[in-house]
Amino acid sequence: MKPNRRDFLKTSGALIIGFSAGALRVTRAQGPLQGSPSMNQLDSWIAIAADGSITAYSGKEELGQGISTAQQQLVAEELSVPFNRVKLIYCDTAFTPDQAHTSGSQSHPTNFNTGNLAQAGATAREVLFRMASEKLGVPVEQLTVSEGVISSGSKRMTYGQLVGGKKFSLALDPKARRKPATEWTVLGKSIPRPDLPDLVTGRFEFVHNVRLPGMLHGRVVRPPSVGATVASVDESSVAGVPGVVKVVVKKNFVGVVAEKPWQAIQAAAHLKVTWNPGPALPDQATIYDALRKQPARDTLLVDSGDVDQKLSGATVLKATYLHPYQMHGSMGSSCAVADVQGEKATIYSATQAVWYQKNTSAMILGLKPENIRVIFRRGSGCYGVNGADTVTYDALVLSQAVSKPVRVQLTRRDEMAFENYGPAYVIDQRASVDSNGNITAWDHESWSPGLGGRPGTNTPGNIITGSLLGFQPAAFSPRSPAPAPGAFNNNSNGVPSYLASGTGTVQSGRVLTHAVESRFFTGPLRSPARLQNTFAHESFMDELAARVKADPVEYRLRHLRDARLKEVLQAAAKTANWESRPSPKPGNRGTGVAGGRGAACVLYEGDNGYTALVAEIEVNQDTGQIVVKRMVASSDVGPISNPDGLGNQVEGGALQGLSRALGEEVTWDNEKVTSVDWRTYHSLPLGFEVPKIEAVLINRTEGEVMGAGETSITLVAAAIGNAIFDATGVRLREVPFTAERIKAALATRG
Amino acid sequence: MKSCPTKITLIDDMAITLKVNGRTHTLDLDPATPLLYALSDDLQLNGPKFGCGLGQCGACTVIVKGQAVRSCVTTVKSVEGSDITTLEGLGTPEKPHPIQQAFVDEHAAQCGFCLNGVIMTAKAFLDKNPKATEAEIEQAMSGVLCRCFTNVRMLRAIGRYAR
Repeated sequence: MKPNRRDFLKTSGALIIGFSAGALRVTRAQGPLQGSPSMNQLDSWIAIAADGSITAYSGKEELGQGISTAQQQLVAEELSVPFNRVKLIYCDTAFTPDQAHTSGSQSHPTNFNTGNLAQAGATAREVLFRMASEKLGVPVEQLTVSEGVISSGSKRMTYGQLVGGKKFSLALDPKARRKPATEWTVLGKSIPRPDLPDLVTGRFEFVHNVRLPGMLHGRVVRPPSVGATVASVDESSVAGVPGVVKVVVKKNFVGVVAEKPWQAIQAAAHLKVTWNPGPALPDQATIYDALRKQPARDTLLVDSGDVDQKLSGATVLKATYLHPYQMHGSMGSSCAVADVQGEKATIYSATQAVWYQKNTSAMILGLKPENIRVIFRRGSGCYGVNGADTVTYDALVLSQAVSKPVRVQLTRRDEMAFENYGPAYVIDQRASVDSNGNITAWDHESWSPGLGGRPGTNTPGNIITGSLLGFQPAAFSPRSPAPAPGAFNNNSNGVPSYLASGTGTVQSGRVLTHAVESRFFTGPLRSPARLQNTFAHESFMDELAARVKADPVEYRLRHLRDARLKEVLQAAAKTANWESRPSPKPGNRGTGVAGGRGAACVLYEGDNGYTALVAEIEVNQDTGQIVVKRMVASSDVGPISNPDGLGNQVEGGALQGLSRALGEEVTWDNEKVTSVDWRTYHSLPLGFEVPKIEAVLINRTEGEVMGAGETSITLVAAAIGNAIFDATGVRLREVPFTAERIKAALATRG
Repeated sequence: MKSCPTKITLIDDMAITLKVNGRTHTLDLDPATPLLYALSDDLQLNGPKFGCGLGQCGACTVIVKGQAVRSCVTTVKSVEGSDITTLEGLGTPEKPHPIQQAFVDEHAAQCGFCLNGVIMTAKAFLDKNPKATEAEIEQAMSGVLCRCFTNVRMLRAIGRYAR
């Protein structure tokens, strides 16, 4: 994997991206950025007013995944107050601690275990008990708390009376006792999201709806493709357009500012810009072969040293899996509002990392970070890194040029042609089986292109606007051969679940990855690398099971040793009434509609969410079209904060995965991206024959809380591909599974 | 290589009268202005949203004379004097319309950006087709996007309202 592909934070407050070979995870090298409220001070997280109302501060933001509701529940739970008494303020650099990105299914692990917000809640409760004990003259053990009132018999004091309006001035206590899930009364309940009434009535304010006094409207003029440069800009071409305030050209950044949105759109459309074309794009028809031939940065994730020997002379199965570039394709094109006045700037942005954006915005503007405030406002659903950061830079540059607040929203094309795509993958798999059909060795080799990624703390060139302004993306340095593997981690899910180094039993394995350079910007699209790797692993596992005529679920269980992964797979199979038999299903007549089922499972990121999926489909063998009838998605992510919220994530992930598996693919010609709207990039719509989805939620009341935002999506392509094989005997190894591809594959049957 | 400027004929602003959510507004606008900009900028409504600007996703949908209309590709001139209803015109958080309440009851949202298009399209369709089947509702919603893929809950909410 390429450095900076994903700024992944196991713990909060990371600054340095210390990239370890082969891993996508970022290790924390030091604390939060300068100016952030201290991570270990209680006052950074919780404040109690004189009326007893509680304000919690978090660096993990609401993107639509329900985390703000869960965080409110968490604080209410630890402090034994009703849900509504807690107000949550998140992701505003003027108030909230630097918890780096809201990303990577890390909000729950970060804030719901034994650090940060959870520990702040636990600390505050114990402190309040000690204060009450002192004031009431009653030992702590004899005190109880209910709805923010600590009492013993008739003696009572409210939180407001104890600390109201004053600071705690105490450090977080790592020994303060978290309430176990078995004692929860607020957490663990499906409390509805408080934002729903505003959302359904149009009162909710997205970043798109931020309106500042005197605000102007900007529009950017993007090049035909990444790498093109400005030859000339003819400002006279907008002379007759009403409302134009300024044309702004800065290196290869071109934009206009006007008084009203429609005027800005007209000005951008009229502005004559001549571009020097960038290098020709690679031929899409041969892209997967081309990836194999580029200079690469090689990484060995595992290498038992005996794979070649085990494979030689044995029964070996080989297959190659292909996954395209895909895009976030946010529903609303990205928008931001910036107000740059002299040395100071205020920014309203849907960025997933306000503190990091404060730093890179300072670089864009040439100002000091301490003079910049970034305020998160929700944008359209993001799933990784859509245009939210880049459009923020657009607004900054245009606002600085006119010294007035400027709102910028991208066009649909500018959103889709220049975002940081989820990268393509080519994955070769080889495995050997013994005379009992058991796997004896597994060899995995992948090629994947990268360019840029999240801007992080100091790399604005990782996204299009920063690049147009002259900042460089993270450097790429080829390396071959790969050094010996480091300490095991399976953050990228590059290692198949069935290897003994991870969750399985197979002793011999090798996983070699080749990161190559991309001509398009890339970044973390929901389940980055994990989805592509898992598609290849779970499809190949099915191929192995079919080869030895084993039931696909039984064959998986046979090669797993992690009890929770086994259990989650069994739970999905049981709910789906899985019929134990090998695939393909016998009796297919080769025409008409054929039904089939497929399964897949994984421990997401090697330690962040157990999940399994069973899909039931029908294939029309005459047209190649498939209908997914049912998806059973099981999940074990530790103690569940909000079952309905988890169910919403599991359902949404399953269907987003289905859209990606069946239709989504970035396309291009020799000079530009051609998938630039909803006619050319094929998303499933709201209305289609939606499968029945059953979320099986295993609630572990003990142990660590894990992430849940990227679990079900990771399995969909594999489960659907396996189901197509079960129905028809034909194996699809290239995503997306379009009707044309399925029909072509069916035609190859004897 | 040149970017290809869209052919736009510039016309002077003129007084345009829009009837939105029961109130009449007279605005100075280029008559070719898409209705969406008049609603979201001039009238400062948050309901209708810019999703694609191409009439492909539904985020900008409003109801004009009972029809779901894509306001990003509808000029202000073409709807002058017509009754225009936006998401705000259906109900408020305090007093939501039954279809809005159905979405609250079903917890039918993730980011929520698409909700305007989903609710307005469904309402216009069901008002005309109150006995629509599940398959007909799916068909009616096939031109609307939710990229968080909250389909299950949203279709359930629409079904709840339909009943």
